Parts: sequence; C-alpha cells; structure tokens
Amino acid sequence: MKLTDEQVRYVAGLANLTLTDGEVHRYAHDLSDILSHMDKLNELDTTGVEPMTQVLYDAEETATLRADEVVPSLSNADALANAPVSGGGYFKVPKVIER
Amino acid sequence: MNISALTIQQIREGLAQKRFSAIELTQEAFAFAKAENAKTNAYLTFSDDRALASAAIVDAKLAAGEDPGALAGVPVGVKDVIVTKGVRTTCGSKILETYVPPYNATAVERLEAAGGVIIGKTNCDEFAMGSSNENSAFGPVRNPVALDRVPGGSSGGSAAIVAQGTAVVSLGSDTGGSIRQPASFCGCVGVTPTYGRVSRYGLVAFASSLDHIGPFARNVSDAATLLRAIAGRDTRDATSAAHPVQDYAVSMQQPLKGLKVGIPKEYFNGLASDTGDNIHNGIETLRKQGVEVIDISMPHTDYAIEAYYIICTAEVSANLSRFDGVRYTRRSERSDSLINMYRRSRGEGFGAEAKRRIMLGAYVLSHGYYDAYYLKAQRVRSLITRDFAQAFEKVDAIIAPVSPFPAFKLGEKVDDPLQMYLSDIYTITGSLSGVPCMSVPCGATKDGLPVGMQILTKHFAEDTMFRIAHQYELNRI
Repeated sequence: MKLTDEQVRYVAGLANLTLTDGEVHRYAHDLSDILSHMDKLNELDTTGVEPMTQVLYDAEETATLRADEVVPSLSNADALANAPVSGGGYFKVPKVIER
Repeated sequence: MNISALTIQQIREGLAQKRFSAIELTQEAFAFAKAENAKTNAYLTFSDDRALASAAIVDAKLAAGEDPGALAGVPVGVKDVIVTKGVRTTCGSKILETYVPPYNATAVERLEAAGGVIIGKTNCDEFAMGSSNENSAFGPVRNPVALDRVPGGSSGGSAAIVAQGTAVVSLGSDTGGSIRQPASFCGCVGVTPTYGRVSRYGLVAFASSLDHIGPFARNVSDAATLLRAIAGRDTRDATSAAHPVQDYAVSMQQPLKGLKVGIPKEYFNGLASDTGDNIHNGIETLRKQGVEVIDISMPHTDYAIEAYYIICTAEVSANLSRFDGVRYTRRSERSDSLINMYRRSRGEGFGAEAKRRIMLGAYVLSHGYYDAYYLKAQRVRSLITRDFAQAFEKVDAIIAPVSPFPAFKLGEKVDDPLQMYLSDIYTITGSLSGVPCMSVPCGATKDGLPVGMQILTKHFAEDTMFRIAHQYELNRI
C-alpha cells in the first residue's frame, strides 16, 4: 500500500486537519509503511468470525442501563468557562450564514 | 519519615499513632515532589490547595474518631488524561493547555472519598498515545531509575512518581499497555483491570472499546487497595460493570499451591535475552510455590498489533473530533471561517503522533476501506479473545513478559513510529480481549534496568491475579 500526497490531503480533509507540505510528505511515508504492515491480517481467514465491537458486550454485568431520569448537570457558566470565545450564554463561532 | 518508601499500611499506622498528621505528610510530599520534578518532569501541575484541603478532612475525621477511609492521607498522582475539577487537565496536549475541567472523574471522586490526597497531575504522551512519554507537548518524562532513558508510556509520569517515591500510588490509563509497560520500565506494580471494572467517566476518551483506568504502586497490596477504592458500577459510564468488587486483601493471602499457569510460547519470541532470563526465574519462583506450569499456545498473538492499531486509530479519529476550537480547546488565530477554525485549530493544536493516528483512523474508516481494515481487525479481535477463552479453560492465569526489552534511551525510537508500535506486542492482546492484567517487578537486566512480569487472568478474576502477584512478591529472590 503506497499513499500519494494527494490521498493524504484528501484524508486530512475528512479529518478536518490542516497539514503543512512537510507533514503531508511525512504522513504519506509513515501511513504507507504502517498500512503495508497491516496487510498481514489478510493471512488470516476470518470467514464466519463475528466482528468484536465491545468487550463483554452481551454479559449481564455490562448490559445495565440506568433509569432515564433528569439529574443536575453543568450550569451554563461552567459549560462556557473553557470556551475560547463565548457571549450571551452561547459558544461563538465565525459567521456561518452569509446574508 | 522516609516518604519515598512509605506504604499505605505505614501511613495508616503513622496517622493512628499520631506520628504525623495528614497535613504534615502532604507538605512533606510536596517539598520532595517539587524538588525531584526538576530531574524527571513527571508532574505537569501541582494541586497544593486541593491536597491540603483533602488532608485537613482526614485530620478532622481522625480527631473526631471517625474512619478516615482506606486511602487516608495517601499522596496520589493522577494522570493528566483524567479530569479534576478546578485543576488544569491537559492530556499532554497544547490543544488543552489551559483546560480547567468543571467536574471530577468518578475514579477521582472515589479516591478522594476514601481519603486519598491528590498532589498533582502527571505527564503523559499526548492523549495517551505513545510508548515512551516522548509525545507529550510539555517535554518527555525521564526514567528515575536511569535519567537518560524513557519511563515508558503513555502513563510515564504516573509510573515515574511512584518509582521515585514522590507519591505512594497513582492512577494511569491503559489502552494498549500504557500502565503495564511504564510500570515494567520503572520497576513498579501497574494494573490494568478488567474492561469495565473502573468507570471511565471523566477519562478523556482515546479508544473507547480499549480504554481502562488502573493503579500504580510500589507493592501489590497498595495497588489492590487503590483498585478496590475506585472499582465498581457507575451509572455515568454505561460500560462500567455491575460485577461485585472482591476483597483482594483477603484473597491475596492464599498460598498458590494447586493453581495452574500457562506459558504461551508466542510471547517468548524475539525477547531480549536478559529480559527472558528474568521472566524464566519468575516462573521458577511460582513453580516452587506449588504452581503447575503448563506450556500453551495462543496462535493469533502475532496479529494483535495490526488489529490493535486499526481499531485504536479508528476510535481515535472519532473521539478526537470533539476538539474543534469551539467548546474547550484553543482556537487558531487564523479562524476566518468555520471550516478554517476547525482545521487550523486542530492542525496547530495536535502534535505529530495525534495527527498521525487521526489520519490513519480516518483512512481505515473511509469509503471503500472499512471492510478491508476496520471490520477485518474486529474479526481478528474475536480470534484473539477466543485464544484467551480457550487458554483459561486449561489454566488459572497466563504468565508472560510485559515488554520485549527494558527501558530504552530517550530519542532512540522517536523517528520510527512503526518500531514504537511494535514494542507494544505483549501488552496489546490483554487490552484487545479486556482481561485483567498487570506488571509486577521481576528482577533487573545486567545494566540494572527493571524487568516486569505480566500476569493475566480471566475477566473479573482480579482476585487470582493479585494473589499470584502478591505471593510472587513475598517469595521472589
């Protein structure tokens, strides 16, 4: 598996990451290297094997859901305290809708 | 008092006999930790006010004749991926450099309710991604045993403070070996409990199907005491288990005669020779205690790294999408549009390894590759878990090395991510299957570098794991 710079830029777009040209070259090399290694999994026949998404997913111990009750949560001020920009009780972001 | 060698038991006795107060112990711990930190960079933030307030509560309870709790007065360090209300929690990342959480993790709440005194937050690889602690945005941690070497990762700071004695116990997190490997590199005990044994509420998510919180300590008993204090069902984490928490202190007193342990041959290929010698000596010590040692095979071991790095990076790319420059992370100054705010805040805020894993995860989940990589890896995960289930039909525990080699030099592997990933070979299988596993100190190499022996048992059999570790610790040469 050999990734091109163009493919790396496409994936960076999917991941919402700005990369420098240097990073693009570096990740094209690193990801190609790592993905080639991962091809080793194709040696295994996994026909009929269920994918495992969670540890002990069906076990009684982990199948417990809590009651759906309203409990106190963070205050508006606490929730906004770490925001880089906020105002009027809201998170503020750059303008999204053009008039 | 010699703070660097104190045990939980000694603190309990010292407080009861009024040889020192919790406040005095805390002040002494701070003086020592702050002086030592110049050497190791193991703490990122000290929490003086919070610690002194916790210690004052312990002293007040003692004065009133009340039970001050199982961890009363014990100086504890907490890995900086576990949130602490009002105390900065960076995850070792520039993107969260100024983040002050508005709530506590459940594990933090529980250890403080048991009288534990949090003296600071410990350095780690960025978002717990790494095997050497060199991926921290705030500089690497140095191994207190050999300052030119790494402490292991990602919970390098939590291992280092316990090894150097600036805290008695600490909390770390383990996704692919991040507790056991640094414990083995620094020569302390490190425990990854069963998946779901400890609530992850307040653990900043890295790979949710693999993340665990667990303890570091200088002896098995202290690790078991800390685990017991933080374990158990928590309604705020739907994956936390309702299974009853055992009284490990009682079960670990039982002798080992009659137990069977398995030695999987796949874990002894490519091992540094003096690491292997130490593990074999450890197995001999168990045999002398009456343990039956059986050779076993776990045929899918060799595929664990590949399956792990597909699953973990896929989950990383999803989990780290929450760091977007809006709610709690730094925002790029070049945020001229919404999409540029996301992309530039993330591009500037994340370090090289975090970006590498986000990219890898986004790739393996992307259109056309999902079945070939992610689904395939999940099927292989089933096979690896089946290996464990089959082994535990024959044996009570599995004994293996933790790492193929001891602590390596700072900078030695930093430019080769694939080599760094491959160093997790013996810890990843336990993470994928979710069984409890731990590292217990097991001798040293010719150069005096610690070696860790890994003990793995079936889901929720922490009692057997601690029993083997404790009896080994009592009888090792």
